[in-house]
Parts: sequence; structure tokens; C-alpha cells
Amino acid sequence: MSVIYLLISVSLLVAMVFLVLFIISVRNGQYDDTYTPSVRMLFEEEEKTNQEKNN
Amino acid sequence: MEIQTFSYDNKIVKKFVVATMLWGIVGTLVGLLLAFLFIFPKFTEGISWLSFGRLRPLHTNAVIFAFVGNAIFAGVYYSLQRLLKARMFSDFLSNVNFWGWQLIIVAAAISLPLGFTSSKEYAELEWPIDIAIVLIWVAFGINMIGTILRRREQHLYVAIWFYIATFVTVALLHIFNSFELPVSFMKSYSVYAGVQDALVQWWYGHNAVAFFLTTPFLGIMYYFVPKAADRPVYSYKLSIVHFWSLIFIYIWAGPHHLLYTALPDWAQNLGVVFSIMLIAPSWGGMINGLLTLRGVWDKVRVDPVLKFMVVAITGYGMATFEGPMLSIKSINAIAHYTDWIIAHVHVGALAWNGFMTFGMLYWMVPRLAKTKLFSIKLANFHFWIGTLGIVMYTLPMYVAGFLQASMWKEFSPDGTLVYGNFLETVTQIMPMYWMRAIGGSLYIVGMLIGVYNIVVTMVNGSVIEDESVQAPALQKVRKTRLAGETFHGWLERKPVKLTILAIVAVLIGGIVQIVPTLLIKSNIPTITSVKPYTPLELEGRDLYIREGCVSCHSQMIRPFRSEVARFGDYSKAGEYVYDHPFLWGSKRTGPDLHRVGGKYNDNWHFNHLYDPQITSPNSIMPSYKWIIKNRLNTDYLQKKMSVMATLGVPYTAEDIQNANENLRAQAEQIEKNLHADPDFVASYEAEKKYDQENNLEFVPMSQREVVALIAYLQRLGTDIKVETIINEPKQ
Repeated sequence: MSVIYLLISVSLLVAMVFLVLFIISVRNGQYDDTYTPSVRMLFEEEEKTNQEKNN
Repeated sequence: MEIQTFSYDNKIVKKFVVATMLWGIVGTLVGLLLAFLFIFPKFTEGISWLSFGRLRPLHTNAVIFAFVGNAIFAGVYYSLQRLLKARMFSDFLSNVNFWGWQLIIVAAAISLPLGFTSSKEYAELEWPIDIAIVLIWVAFGINMIGTILRRREQHLYVAIWFYIATFVTVALLHIFNSFELPVSFMKSYSVYAGVQDALVQWWYGHNAVAFFLTTPFLGIMYYFVPKAADRPVYSYKLSIVHFWSLIFIYIWAGPHHLLYTALPDWAQNLGVVFSIMLIAPSWGGMINGLLTLRGVWDKVRVDPVLKFMVVAITGYGMATFEGPMLSIKSINAIAHYTDWIIAHVHVGALAWNGFMTFGMLYWMVPRLAKTKLFSIKLANFHFWIGTLGIVMYTLPMYVAGFLQASMWKEFSPDGTLVYGNFLETVTQIMPMYWMRAIGGSLYIVGMLIGVYNIVVTMVNGSVIEDESVQAPALQKVRKTRLAGETFHGWLERKPVKLTILAIVAVLIGGIVQIVPTLLIKSNIPTITSVKPYTPLELEGRDLYIREGCVSCHSQMIRPFRSEVARFGDYSKAGEYVYDHPFLWGSKRTGPDLHRVGGKYNDNWHFNHLYDPQITSPNSIMPSYKWIIKNRLNTDYLQKKMSVMATLGVPYTAEDIQNANENLRAQAEQIEKNLHADPDFVASYEAEKKYDQENNLEFVPMSQREVVALIAYLQRLGTDIKVETIINEPKQ
């Protein structure tokens, strides 16, 4: 059953990668705001209009 | 703030949309053919590449990797660009991703029916295709991570996290499960053997469900459901909790596919505990998806997109309730190996993946083509006939599974099995197989209508072009913060670079430590009487793999009274130490074969393979006439044995040297045995005469494939008539 060490270490590796990602994302303020991202994604960026030519 | 003008790549999304629909039809039609082969087993008689065992992996691979895979890419390429306010990192990589993936699918569609298979479920593709998958998957990953790095939106919306998890985990799973040693261009042996191979396979297999069929679709749900409902997700906080808890728990659940097998108990129990815990994040996500529709349920009444999504999320909820329940040992004891599991996976595939895909397409394609959906009515029809199809598919399969399991376990008062003949339990569920085929047909009719509707929408709309947009640039980190920063401080601000470096670092460490241990003796109790396969048996085993026998026959007798009474002594871990790959199977459409050796004579096997209905009237097994006729290819015999020797199977140099003579001697003995049957002698002589008269090449029986297969079948489970288990590894 030595393969279980492989699977556990790979699984732990994946878990650790995500733990690191999680800590980084919290520290970067990814989760400071847990409401507006859900609304912001509903708005599409405006398409290019004539405004650009006027600028 | 600088406003930047850029464009979204819609053409690549369109390509993936078209591929999704094409492979969706192919995958489900192959599934329908398989459903009909249950009812009419002789439908494709004599055509090797249309036999059940070879088409079954084609069906699963086409649905999972071709249909759902392309749907994932379509959804990711559409939503990722918009969520990050950035065009895909590289158009070249996008196209490599698209064309590479389609080539892999075509290679699978050709190689699987031809019998090139590793036999490991959902990982059947042979090693050259496995390598191609890694390359294309990495191209996709670089493209996605590059886009994330170039984003114009600081916050990563939760859907993107699901996409990242998909990429990272699928890559690891695929690589570790595909460790195999090539014998020839399209043949390899898994480096793991027996129990170990089973554990790795189901660690992979379960996580293929988790990280290919679930996490990317949750990302798609978190993007497309709020978009279609025009409502923010019910709780963004819950979605974050959902993501992190799901990915931390999911990867440990694999052993629940091996309950009551020869896998050590503690590993089984670990899988059970994590599987049951999984219900919490799964249902958190399901509830979050459904409650997004709070206050807009009136839209569900009129909008087919939301209808599809509601049924999809409900299907997800049902499947993820059932999953933890099926992981409980006492329930698993009933459901495992039966059609219950077929019902379970089809709730997931037809409802969650299928309906979410079509909900997404119905919403996305009109927007890409800047038009309206061609026909709401047809979409509604698709929805209803599809839903009916799902119900008609799954309900009979639940009944079939439960009924058959009950019959397997029924004892009469005198202590004998009531249904001692396995076939009785099969003929009993034929009506359910009929209903399944009808339900599947309804689903496919709906799908064809859906594809028609979407194609007409595309044709009627404007040509799908890049979409020009404007967004402010992402503000850079101020210089003052960078002053005096250490290397690690810099690294911490680069989550992607950090991730890659961490993965590389740990992988190198892991590979250096682990791979050597794989190639040496493991601490599985070895059984002195268990010997490696003879050359002829080894060739027979490869035929068993080629024909996909493992699709319908298990080789794992669980330690239940009912199974021991039916099949023989329960299976021990030590019996599989030379099995590269393992062939435990996951479904018993036919009986278990682990102790079939010596149960019947050679002539019985010969007749049974020629036409199963001669020996077993009403059997639904296909006939294998080509195995009877084909000459056995022994070109790679010695290579095969030396590869096995490298993997730790104790073949000596002498064994390999004399392989061909040993093979011939055993084959001639079997031919002699076959001559015991006068009917065999008569038809064999007639064939010889016919071939001579017509100047055809006559292949002596001892040189044909069937002899090798019989040798393998007669060997199965015969090693431990006398049991002596020794705990220390034998040198």
C-alpha cells in the first residue's frame, strides 16, 4: 500500500497549494468585500461608441 | 485613470460551442447504441469495433471529455474574459487548446473502438494520447493564468477560483494516474499493480467527477445563473465558503469506490468520512444557486434558460445527496456493481452537466450572435422532453439496481441462493433496460432539437466577431511599497508565480521520494502460491483488456455470504500483486469472474465466446467471433514480459527467453483439450478443409486469440486453492 503515501502527499500538496492561495487572497483583500463583486459581474462593459472619436 | 480599449475573443467561444454540440450528439448516440445492445445483444454481432466493451469507454470519454469538456472551455473562455475585463492571454494558445482538444477526441474516437485501451475507467486512452492531453491542458492553463495576470479587475470573482482549481487538480490527477510504462506505440502497462492501481485509479476517477464535471460547472453556475436571472448570487460569502470547503474535502473521497474490496479498511473509512462531509459544501452551493432566483421565480416560468438551470442545479443537489449516502458502507453494499450507480451518474451527467450546458448555450449564443433565440417554443419543448427523458432514464435504473441487488442477496431457508443462476437476475430487469433506452431516446430527441435551435440562431444572427470594449486599466502597486521589499515579499504579491514555484518545488520532492518506492516491493501481504501469469495468460489478459470485458465483469468478490456462495472465496489483496493494471471493474452486468478459473471446461469457454446464447440462453453478452478467428499476435510478448519485469513482476531472464516456447506448449495443450468435444472437431475440420479448398490461410487453433483468452480465464482465482498468507514482503 505504499502508493497511499503518494496519494496522500499529492492530495496534501493540492490542499497546501490552495491553502497558500487562500491565505494570499485573504491578505490581498480579495474577500474584504463580499457583496459588490456579485453585483458588479452583472454589468457588462460598454461597447466602443462614437465618444472615442470625439476624444 | 487610463481607459483602455480592447476586445473579447468571441470566435474561440463559438468554436467551442459548435464542438460542444457536435460531441454532445456523438456521445449520447453512442450511449443510446449501448442501451440498445442491452436489449438486442446481437445488433452489432461480429463487428469488433462496435462491440459493447469497446464502445463503452468511447461513450464515457465522449460525454465527459468531449461534450462536457468543450462546454467547460466555451463557458470559461466566455466568462473569464468578461470577469477579468481582459482578452484571452494568447489567441495562439486559445487555438492550440481548441484544435488540440479536438484532435485528442478524434484520436480517442478512433483508438478506443480499435481496442487500444488502458482499461482504467475514464483514463482509457493510451500513453501517446495521455501525453497530448497534458500538453493541451497546460496550454489551456497558461492561457487562463496569463489572462488572470493581465486582468483589469482586481477582484477574482468566485467562478475564476473554480476554474483555477479545475486546472491545477485535473493536471495532477491525470499525470499521477497515467504513470505507465510503454510496451509499444499504443500499448502500455500501469506502473501500479492490483490494490495500489485500484486506489490510484479511484482517487483519479472520483476526482475526475469532482474537478472535471463539478468544479468547472460550479464556476459556470456562479457566472451564468446570476447573469440569466439578472440577480446577484444569493450569498457571495457562501460562494466563497463553498469553494474553499469543497476543494479541501473533495480530494479525499476516492476510496468510497472501493468499499468492501481488498483495499485496507482504514483507507476505506477515510474515504467514507470525507464523502459524507462533502454533503455540506455541495448543498451549500446548490442552495446558493437556487436561492439566487429568489424574487425572480416568475422569470423561470417564461425563460427556458432558467428552467434548464433550475433542473441542472436540482440534479446537482440530488446527485450530491445520493453520493454521500452511497458512500455509507451498508448502502454501498447494495448499490455497488448494480445499475443504481448508472442511475446516479446519469442524474449528474444528464441533468447537472447536460442541462447546465444547454442553459448556458441558450443564454450565450443569442448574445454572441447579437440576436434573439430562434424559438422559445422549441427550447421549452427541449426542456420538457429532456426532463421527461432524465426521469424515464434514471427511475427504471434505480429500480433495476435495487431489484437486482436484492436478488443477488436472497437466500432460501435451506441456505442456498434463491437465484443461483446469475442470468435470472439479468432477465428480470430487461423491462427496465427497455425503459432506459426510451428515456435516453427522449433526451437525445430534445438535444437534437436544441442543437437545431441554436444552429438556426447562429445562422440568423450576425457573424460572431470579436467584441470591442473599454475598461480602466488595473492600478499598479505604488513604488513606495516596493522600496526595500525582500524577494519573498515580492513573491507573495505574485500569487500565480508563487503557486507555480510551489507546485514545481513540491513535485520534484515528491517524485524523487515516491517514484522509487513504487517500483520496489510494497508491503501488501504476498501469497506464496500467487505466481505471475504465464506468457499465454498474459496475452489473454491483454485481450481481456482490449475487448473491455472489465466494463461488465468485476474481478473482486466482496466478503459477503451471498457473494462467496455465488462466486467463491472472497478476493484478497495479495492475489493482485502482478495485475498491471488492476481489473476489478465497477459494474456487474455479467457475473464476477475472479474465481471463474476451473469452473467450466475449455470447450464451454470456447462455445460461450463464439455465441454466449449457446451455453447461456437469454444471455445479453455479445459474441466474440473475431477472437475465435484471429491469429494471436505475439510480436511484443518478450517486450511485454520485460516491461512487467521492470515493474517488479518476477519474470526471470530465462522466462523471457523461453516465452514463445512456453506459450506454444500451453496453447497446444488447450487445443488438445478442445478436441474433447466432437462438435468442435467436426467444425474445426470443416473449416480447415474449406480454407484449403479456397486457398485461404488456415490458422491452427493453438495460434488463435481465443486460446490465450481461455488460458487467462482458466487461470483466474486459481492461485490460492491452498492459502498461505505471509506478511513479510517476499524477495
